[in-house]
Amino acid sequence: MELIETVKHMFLFIAAKANYWTYVILLMVGLYAMIAKNNLVKKIVGMTIFQTAVILFYVSIGYKKDASIPIVMHGSGHGHAADAAIRAADYINPLPHVLMLTAIVVGVATLGVALALAIKVYKEYGSLEEDEIHKQLRSR
Amino acid sequence: MKILGKITILLCGGLLLFFTSDFPDFGDANSPASTHLSPYFIEHTLEDTAVPNVVTSVLADYRGYDTMFETTVILTAGLACFLLLKIPTKEVKQRYYRHEPTGVTLRIEGDRYPDKSAVFTRIDSTWVPSDMIINFTCRILISFIQIFALYVVAHGHHSPGGGFQGGVLLGASVILFAISGNLRAAIKQFGEKTAALFGAAGVFIYVGTAALCLALGENFLNYSALAPLLGTDRIMARSHGILSVEIGVAVAVMAVMIWIYYNLSSAGKQDEGL
Repeated sequence: MELIETVKHMFLFIAAKANYWTYVILLMVGLYAMIAKNNLVKKIVGMTIFQTAVILFYVSIGYKKDASIPIVMHGSGHGHAADAAIRAADYINPLPHVLMLTAIVVGVATLGVALALAIKVYKEYGSLEEDEIHKQLRSR
Repeated sequence: MKILGKITILLCGGLLLFFTSDFPDFGDANSPASTHLSPYFIEHTLEDTAVPNVVTSVLADYRGYDTMFETTVILTAGLACFLLLKIPTKEVKQRYYRHEPTGVTLRIEGDRYPDKSAVFTRIDSTWVPSDMIINFTCRILISFIQIFALYVVAHGHHSPGGGFQGGVLLGASVILFAISGNLRAAIKQFGEKTAALFGAAGVFIYVGTAALCLALGENFLNYSALAPLLGTDRIMARSHGILSVEIGVAVAVMAVMIWIYYNLSSAGKQDEGL
């Protein structure tokens, strides 16, 4: 009986932090690809997964239970505050969304630069495999 | 390297997972991230800027400097792709021409013939006959994507949307055109020079709006200074300033996405591509 209780506790503990578990696993998948993969394009894919993990982390910490999207309900006409007072607990945290909004687009642009560098490397060495490029560099 | 990588992963992942117990629960309204600055943004956005979408007002007003330099980063990335890949090559070019009446393909060295004559049409080396369904669907879709993109930019104050999303949609419409037809047709419609100019113009609109505030005697990026120009009160002027800045962001993002696609898909040659 005690074992079942412990497992239940563990499960509830993990379920409350499920977003962190997901982001850590994704982060490690990306990091492993960047460290261990031999192909440069696979390294770039790893970098993108790493980036996605960070974006997921940020967006998930902005979430509040029973809250709406961060667009304030307002009465008709501009510049007038709504009749009811605006409560911050009714809206999810907008700040992580702002940070990640720009990060996603900048991420795509920098991914373009990474792929451009990969094309350059391929033109120079005729290969995207790291060990073959190292071999060519040593024999020079 | 693989074993070293696995050890690093296990150590880092284990440490990160171990310390998740100190983090606030998922969906906790009282987490540190949601208690310091963000309540101020949510409660004051209407009286400060008259923009109900908090994400937009934080993006373009409260954190205006951040977004300005993000836009600059995007332009720099586009420039970097261009400078890395676009190098004039002296190799002899081979071009393929298709004789339309008979369907015969000719390979000709050099570029002395035009892309399209009475019976010959230039084609890519990996050419396949174009699919009518794809062409027709994309032609219809592109116009709707563009209208939706304009809506996303213009309605970003009141609904999810804004400059970055609308700009990416506009860029995607041109990229879809390039994918469904061929790269040369897209470049004919929206050239590389145009893309570069639009990218710079977008950043200029952003910085120009900010500098205009400075010229009118208030702080850089303080859109309230635009009130006498726009003929509105100081709070409504912030809303209009945000719109102007979002348009700048949309133009810059659109142009840079297209520019990067042109250079990447053809490895800088902009001759044949996807």
